[in-house]
Amino acid sequence: MAYTPDRSQYPQKKADGSLDIDLTSGKYLKLWQGPQHPGITGNMSIELTVCGDEVAEGRTHVGYLHRGFEKLMERRTFIQNFPIVCRICVPEPDFNEYCYAAAVEELAGIEVPERADWIRALILEMGRINSYLMYLGGQAGALGQAVIGQWSTYVRDLMLDRFEELTGARIYHMFIMPGGVRDNLPTGFRTRMEHTLGEIENALRDIHNVMFRNAVFEKRTRGIGVIEKEWLDSYGVTGPCIRAAGVPRDVRKDQPYLVYDQLDFDPVIGKDSDIYTRADVRRRDLLLSVDLIRQILSRMPQDDGPTMATTPNVLHWKIEPGETYVRGECSRGEYGYYLVTDGSGYPRRVNVRGPSYTHAMALFERMVVNCNIADVAALLVSLHTYPPEIER
Amino acid sequence: MSIRNILSPFTAWKYLFRDPVTIPDPLNDRPGSPRYRGFHKNDMKKCIGCGTCEAICQNGAIDMVAVEGIDASKEDSGLRPNIDYGRCCWCALCVDVCMTGSLTMSNEYKWVESNPDAFRFTPGVDKKHWDNAALGYHRPDGYQLTGRVREQMPELEPAKRIESFDEIVQGYDVEQAKLEADRCVACGLCIATCPAHMAVPDYIAAVRDGDYERGLKILYDTNPFSQICGRVCTHRCETVCAARHEGDPIAIRWLKRHITEQVPRDRYRAIIGDPAPPTGKSVAIIGAGPAGMTAAYDLARKGHAVTVYEALPHAGGMTRYGIPEYRLPYETIQHEMDLILSMGVTIHYDTRIGSDITMQQLEQDFDAVILAIGLQMGRSTRIPGSEHAGVKKAVDLLRRITEGEHIDAPKSMVVIGGGNVAMDIARSMARLQKQQHGSIDVTLTALEDLNHFLADPDEIKESLEEGVNILDSRGPQQCQVDAEGNLTGLKTWKVLSIFDQQGRFAPSFDETDEQIHPAEMVVEAIGQMSDVNLLGEELTERLEWNRGRIQIDTNGRTSESWLWAAGDCVTGPDVVSAVAAGHQVAKSIDAVINPVEALTHA
Repeated sequence: MAYTPDRSQYPQKKADGSLDIDLTSGKYLKLWQGPQHPGITGNMSIELTVCGDEVAEGRTHVGYLHRGFEKLMERRTFIQNFPIVCRICVPEPDFNEYCYAAAVEELAGIEVPERADWIRALILEMGRINSYLMYLGGQAGALGQAVIGQWSTYVRDLMLDRFEELTGARIYHMFIMPGGVRDNLPTGFRTRMEHTLGEIENALRDIHNVMFRNAVFEKRTRGIGVIEKEWLDSYGVTGPCIRAAGVPRDVRKDQPYLVYDQLDFDPVIGKDSDIYTRADVRRRDLLLSVDLIRQILSRMPQDDGPTMATTPNVLHWKIEPGETYVRGECSRGEYGYYLVTDGSGYPRRVNVRGPSYTHAMALFERMVVNCNIADVAALLVSLHTYPPEIER
Repeated sequence: MSIRNILSPFTAWKYLFRDPVTIPDPLNDRPGSPRYRGFHKNDMKKCIGCGTCEAICQNGAIDMVAVEGIDASKEDSGLRPNIDYGRCCWCALCVDVCMTGSLTMSNEYKWVESNPDAFRFTPGVDKKHWDNAALGYHRPDGYQLTGRVREQMPELEPAKRIESFDEIVQGYDVEQAKLEADRCVACGLCIATCPAHMAVPDYIAAVRDGDYERGLKILYDTNPFSQICGRVCTHRCETVCAARHEGDPIAIRWLKRHITEQVPRDRYRAIIGDPAPPTGKSVAIIGAGPAGMTAAYDLARKGHAVTVYEALPHAGGMTRYGIPEYRLPYETIQHEMDLILSMGVTIHYDTRIGSDITMQQLEQDFDAVILAIGLQMGRSTRIPGSEHAGVKKAVDLLRRITEGEHIDAPKSMVVIGGGNVAMDIARSMARLQKQQHGSIDVTLTALEDLNHFLADPDEIKESLEEGVNILDSRGPQQCQVDAEGNLTGLKTWKVLSIFDQQGRFAPSFDETDEQIHPAEMVVEAIGQMSDVNLLGEELTERLEWNRGRIQIDTNGRTSESWLWAAGDCVTGPDVVSAVAAGHQVAKSIDAVINPVEALTHA
């Protein structure tokens, strides 16, 4: 039986439609969730106004992680930005590397070797798996189920090993450069990757049995945190959040980039648009990524060809004036880079479009109203938020 | 809610019977992967201290520092990258851009130290426990962040260029020059190596930006012979270029030439600017070659009244009278000389010091005198028959060709010598043979084997392409003369060695391997010397000498306080060295004759 809050009672509104909250009335309580709180995703916080155990108003506060990346990039050369961009999203840094590199390549007119496209797609899918594994642990943890995180962290660690042997680093891979990727697959990579994928499938079977086929989890997530149909476009909802609402929107399919037009897959969709459905869509999307990695490894050119295009001397690389927007489907939705060049050796403007920006700032504030305070953490996690991409 | 969903979570209990997945001793049991980007290593034998790693580091984590025991040399700045691990993000751009491949990374990632300052260190100098790690990130083969291949210079085909004295090298077009300039990493080793210390990275940057007027200004700040050096410089800069380690060196000489070609000639004077107001001091310069004219340019720009005395009808010295027109067109030299003269330099052509004017007169009339007489006299092999009228000196022949004199090209000839002058005369005479007889028969013999010729490799290659027959390791023994007194050829023996065990010049021959090379003319091109008769007996006595050359101090001043000497006559043949010497004596003279001004400009 789903929890149904009495939406008619709260929040009380004035005639002009704004919230009528009298904090001195004794009816309300201000409560901060975060920035140090187990029920918060990363370095952000929510300022809740609660009435009893129902949320009357929620405001997200960000800025704890602001490092000014977009501004930093305007004073660094095109190659010097490549080690910076990965820091904009810690758990899934590769989309920053890809989108930045693709934007630079497009404006500079560089053709990337086909092999590099396959390896890029491989890395992006590996990153997606890591991101989802982290999410599953967080989603279960937000509802008190700590064991899922332990299992998913183990298999995520195996994937980090694969990242390490392929890219030379575990977290900030810095492997997708403007021009291509740094190197080919190491010897024996396919075998070890197959083993890792098998372990992930095993772990997901257990996670399915313990987390999804779980009366408590279902009770806490079904019918809760529903994203209404009319919010989808007005709030710019993308990724698993919109697919869980039954809309098959996936950049990989709608506007194929890299080699996705050569892979067989259908976007994973759900229909209830609640926390449970979003979690389930992500679980199945994770299995889709496992399948896509297998497809990539079997279909990519087998020889050791070049993986980097010839670029101008990177020390004084200037790009003609131009602008572009490059997008890709990351684990949280549409990831995009808007890049403007002005003919100098530095980007004139870089704007990073992270899906967390719309999901966790605007949409969340709308969704949290009338939510039970115990569900706030699960709701926020179910939007799959990574604060650094909000703040850039 | 089904009964399955109540029971299913209990399947988690199976993990009670599983082994832990954690690694018990990760510090020892878990090495980094083979391409792990761990701590830095730097191969001291390969590193040249070019500082490209410092330039690319986006964290400012790398400083180039002087290291005890590593001295600066022509090919090595003597500096080494010092890395601050408080800033480093291990992106490995420094490894990727390293011009020599000396900088790499180990797969080591553990380093325990109580002193925080220890994390600023110089890899390769400060010994670390990962120095011998076999694994770790190395730049993969086949990818590069800077260009490796030189732009091909358009040149006349051998069959076409042998027809005339037209210039062979055609020069880069703008697109090519930009691509070539793009490869430069601006390490500056070239500046240190260039005798004139030209600001090479700066003018290459001007080429990249297409700002040729800026480039020209930079060129003429350090080298009034830029058009000439852009064609015939010995380009030592290119022998130390950081790009040569894993690719072709930047074509620095051709880029210099490109700048001078892109600026209209009537703009030169305005870009270079006017000289300083007159100082009332006067300087006489003997010889209008690179050293003399460079000194004239510098001194005139400082406001001194400069008078140049030239024995021949044109200025330029050996660049005009020694270098054939197919390498350096006369009109280019003339433009360069006109530019120098436009700074207010007076020049007297066809004026020989010693006979027309004496040194004593110059000493009286001027505040300082510069001797820049070059090496105008060819040396002789002094083998039997070498006094025959058919045996010529290369420099004399080259001078006569320059002066436009008609020379009857012999149907066959032999050149003795393996240097650039030998190639010049062989190729010049080959052109005359082609014009007068329609066929080429030039044999060039040299003591050295082909791999040790003193001539530039390009000269050798082009000579061979043009049909010059090069015979290496041949020692000249006798010029053959027949009964009628006609020169018939040259007899040579096979060279066994050129130097004795003490390293002295003492060639030994295999007399059984004798060859006669038939020739109507033999040309000696084995070196030049100065004609110092102009000094007069008394001055020659007073001056101090060093192995037949006038002794000078580090500023180019001789033992006579009013007399300086510069150029080939004291340092041996090389255009850009002569330019550098010209600057040096000009600076020294300015400091002596105009001490206050020199101080304020210092």
